[in-house]
Amino acid sequence: MNTKKTKTIRADSRAELRIPLREIAHARSGDKGNSANVAVFARTPAAYAWMRTHLTAATIETYFKPLGVGAVVRYEVPNLEALNFILPDILAGGGSRSLRIDAQGKTLGMALLEMPVKPPTA
Amino acid sequence: MSRPLKIANASGFWGDQPDAAARLVAAQPDLDFLTLDYLAEVSLSIMAIVRAKDPTAGYARDFVEVLRSLVPFYQAGGKMKIVTNAGGLDPASCARACAEVLQAAQLPQLKIFTVTGDDVLPLLHPAKSRFHLISENDKGRTGGEDGRFSNLDTAAPLASVAPRLVTANAYLGSAPIAEALRAGADIVITGRVADPSLTVGPCLAHFGWKPTDYDRIAGATVAGHLIECGTQATGGFSTDWLDLPDNDNLGFPIVEVSADGSCVVTKPAGTGGAVTLPIVKEQLLYEIGDPGSYLSPDVTVSFLTLKVEAVGENRVRVSGATGRAPTDSYKVSATYRDGYKAHGLITIFGHDAVRKARHAGDGILRRLQERGCTYRESLIECLGTGASVRGLVSRMSDTQLVETVLRVSVAADTKEPVERFTKEIAPLVTCGPQGVTGYATGRPKVLPIFGYWPCLISKSFVKPIVARESRE
Repeated sequence: MNTKKTKTIRADSRAELRIPLREIAHARSGDKGNSANVAVFARTPAAYAWMRTHLTAATIETYFKPLGVGAVVRYEVPNLEALNFILPDILAGGGSRSLRIDAQGKTLGMALLEMPVKPPTA
Repeated sequence: MSRPLKIANASGFWGDQPDAAARLVAAQPDLDFLTLDYLAEVSLSIMAIVRAKDPTAGYARDFVEVLRSLVPFYQAGGKMKIVTNAGGLDPASCARACAEVLQAAQLPQLKIFTVTGDDVLPLLHPAKSRFHLISENDKGRTGGEDGRFSNLDTAAPLASVAPRLVTANAYLGSAPIAEALRAGADIVITGRVADPSLTVGPCLAHFGWKPTDYDRIAGATVAGHLIECGTQATGGFSTDWLDLPDNDNLGFPIVEVSADGSCVVTKPAGTGGAVTLPIVKEQLLYEIGDPGSYLSPDVTVSFLTLKVEAVGENRVRVSGATGRAPTDSYKVSATYRDGYKAHGLITIFGHDAVRKARHAGDGILRRLQERGCTYRESLIECLGTGASVRGLVSRMSDTQLVETVLRVSVAADTKEPVERFTKEIAPLVTCGPQGVTGYATGRPKVLPIFGYWPCLISKSFVKPIVARESRE
């Protein structure tokens, strides 16, 4: 009985298949005071086209909201097939002030790459 | 035309691998320059604490040991020059310690120069001046009460933290480094300079660029930016780190800078890691704001015109940087005292580990509150649950975890309640749930908190000083 139930759920979720962003992109994050940046790089040209449309400043701001991020700014870097996101006030004080285990935004790139996304259709 | 200048980095931060420099020169003896970066945003405040106990210790002493490790290289006739910001708050003392090493090694011919003038604490807060450098006239115009030195990020006025300032240092540029090299320096020891300027200085001196050769200087700035974090340019910190070849032995990075300012990023043969397009791209945008307008004291750089191409195994060419005139301000990194903090860690294993950990953490804070300790901030984290980015990523529910590391943190304006907190972690072994372990590291340390205060200062107020080390 249980098996059947699981199968049904799988069939439903296939319609909205999600993959982690890391399958189509790579990233690196770092700190500046109480802010951080996350640069996201497409693994393929098709992925870059997808990123430009779907990884908006608003999407990223919503994603990082639980960490208290301010107004996210996005810069396009087409020559590197990259987007650079500035995440203001995301480090709970940053540097030596923040009490968090990640006071310097070292994990933010990895965290963004876990974002579930619809795979781009090239 | 001049051949490319080979510039390497052997330290990305204060605490990087101590044998990196010796291994680099062993693998790549034909380097022209070695750069070593020791100064992160709040490093100078740590040096200020050290200096308070020992007035001659306000610099990165690790560098003296690095120089000692290079003695055999120089005794064998090595020619590589060194540029480092290891001088911290006290480049003169650092230079003196280095001179003693060279003297003892019978290498007195190596000339050490210092670059100072970055300390602007007296200008931000006259009462903090250790040297009384400024006139009575100037005193009325400093301290930030007229809106100057306000916080670049928050726009808060300096007056709110001025009495608590510990350090204030302007990020100097490449000009004084180039001046020292043109005067014959083999080793240049600076205080605070912009990290890429450690690389730009040698290029200015070697290629004879004019200060207005903005595109070339932009190229060298990009080269310096790429290597300033050491092995982050050769695969360290990269997304696909696990797939790197020989990733327990990453090579430190080398840039071969050409006369036009373009460079090839590479690493010594026989070292681990990789110099690939994805890795170089990641490091290009590391800690970058607006990629069309990267501000350095030497030049304002656009990264939007850069071209990156793989030109060989572990060789990536970066060209096309464009530059324009720098701003008329230096960025200042100031720090101020902002209370104390401590973090306690203990491991909890067993069913309901996360619930137990959270309960135990709450219990510690409640007990302390009942004993009259108050904190301006506290935090309970259960590591293993995605706590680094709490609320963003969770693959499994907390109830499935059989183990977590409880991390409890507190901050207060005074030391006493934080000190008291550090004594409440280990008792969990007997008063907490069964399965508490990992307490053998002793009580947590009470750490001073330094607030970070980025601001701007007009270049006209700052005078870089180049001096040859001479022992009295």
